[in-house]
Amino acid sequence: MNAPDVAAFKPQDFKSDTKPVWCPGCGDYSVLSSITKSLAALELRPENVAVISGIGCSSRIPAYTTCYGFHGVHGRALALGTGLKVARPDLTVLVTGGDGDGYSIGGNHFMHACRRNVDLTYIVMDNHVYGMTKGQASPTTEPDWSSKLSPGGTGVRTFHPLVIALAAGANFVARAFSGDPNGTAAIISQAVRHPGFSFVEVLSPCVTFRPEQRNWKELAHAASVAQTDDPVRAAHRVMTDDGFNIGVLYAGKRTPYQPPVGKSLDGAMEKIEKEFLL
Amino acid sequence: MSTRPAGRRSAKKKPVVRKKALRPSAARKPASQSSVYREFLAQARAMEQEAAERYDELADQMDVHNNVEVAALFRKMAEIERKHAVRVLGSFPDTPSSSLAPSLAIGQPEMPETVPTSEVHYLMPPYRALMLALESEQRAQSFFARIARTTRDARVRAAARELADEEREHVRLVKEWMKKVPKPDSGWDFDPDPPVYSD
Repeated sequence: MNAPDVAAFKPQDFKSDTKPVWCPGCGDYSVLSSITKSLAALELRPENVAVISGIGCSSRIPAYTTCYGFHGVHGRALALGTGLKVARPDLTVLVTGGDGDGYSIGGNHFMHACRRNVDLTYIVMDNHVYGMTKGQASPTTEPDWSSKLSPGGTGVRTFHPLVIALAAGANFVARAFSGDPNGTAAIISQAVRHPGFSFVEVLSPCVTFRPEQRNWKELAHAASVAQTDDPVRAAHRVMTDDGFNIGVLYAGKRTPYQPPVGKSLDGAMEKIEKEFLL
Repeated sequence: MSTRPAGRRSAKKKPVVRKKALRPSAARKPASQSSVYREFLAQARAMEQEAAERYDELADQMDVHNNVEVAALFRKMAEIERKHAVRVLGSFPDTPSSSLAPSLAIGQPEMPETVPTSEVHYLMPPYRALMLALESEQRAQSFFARIARTTRDARVRAAARELADEEREHVRLVKEWMKKVPKPDSGWDFDPDPPVYSD
């Protein structure tokens, strides 16, 4: 059978038959929809895309797509995605996950992935809580968010992922909102097209543990300024905004890191294997 | 690729939505369609398609959470919207097609007839689901009525009026449907065994 023409791939073709098990009302449904819309808009084939994730509610996404997928180890999705991209630069690599997975357990990988600037797209569904493990405070949880698990709030300053990404060298930085699925799809498309490490922070409400986040749809608004290629200006903007500015903040011009494929490995694997023989 | 399962039994006996054929004034004039008219056709079809896909997704969500009544209801709504999309396509054979998601292709946020994913709850009763459907139909009706009022293109005006009339009929039918299901108490979303560990 001939493979269908790329123009024939529609968003639904990127969705698998596995039904998501997220809570109804969860923002991650919309992000999944945005990803599939974006892949169709980019005229990609499912077999040419890999979706890599760590652990958490949002990290279930690979199972819900027809692309290649890897549901990896907690916080290590970026390490997996980086390895895959340098070995297979022909693939479009999307790394997906949540704020706990990416900013806490995987925080160090996040910074160094920004610094390394491998050509992949990192989509973080940020709901300011660990949902899968029942509502613990995450790095982006507000310091005064009170729950039985953190009475009176943690009192700890929140992690600012966009500023960290800029400081660490990410080549594309954007904020999206799950309540605007088409806007998010457009941002993801731009992120995939942009060379180097692209970071898209998606505000994605957790309606079960943070039901008050339903009002994000009233708070999210389009950024009033256009994207910049000046990281200092971008950092100033994002540090002084209200946290709900939606749009592309920064699109840089750094050359992506891509080591030559194959050449550096000539004979190396055999040598390593011999060293490990017992 | 994926084949969505067919609808199961419905929660209650539902009124049948009958579609009338579009009048010749608005339909079957493929030869010299203006770009405005073609854009309008694309939007009309996109609305029905996107609404149907969203109802399918919501039905899947309710299936997963064992809310079979509402899953069947959403499945039925998906079927109705899908039939409407087919009919719009059939009436306007030259409607532009695209591999993009319909609303993305025409640069819009979600379509007026699409139920937002954020508005559902795993314990929602059929009445609440019908309220969401009603709001969607009302938004669609307003959308087409506004176009009919404001467009300068006579063919767009005629088609928009017809579609607005159809959506108005959908509103009436959903309201009829709502009379046949019990109205829930205010605490319908109370779960005696909630998933929230910290409560």
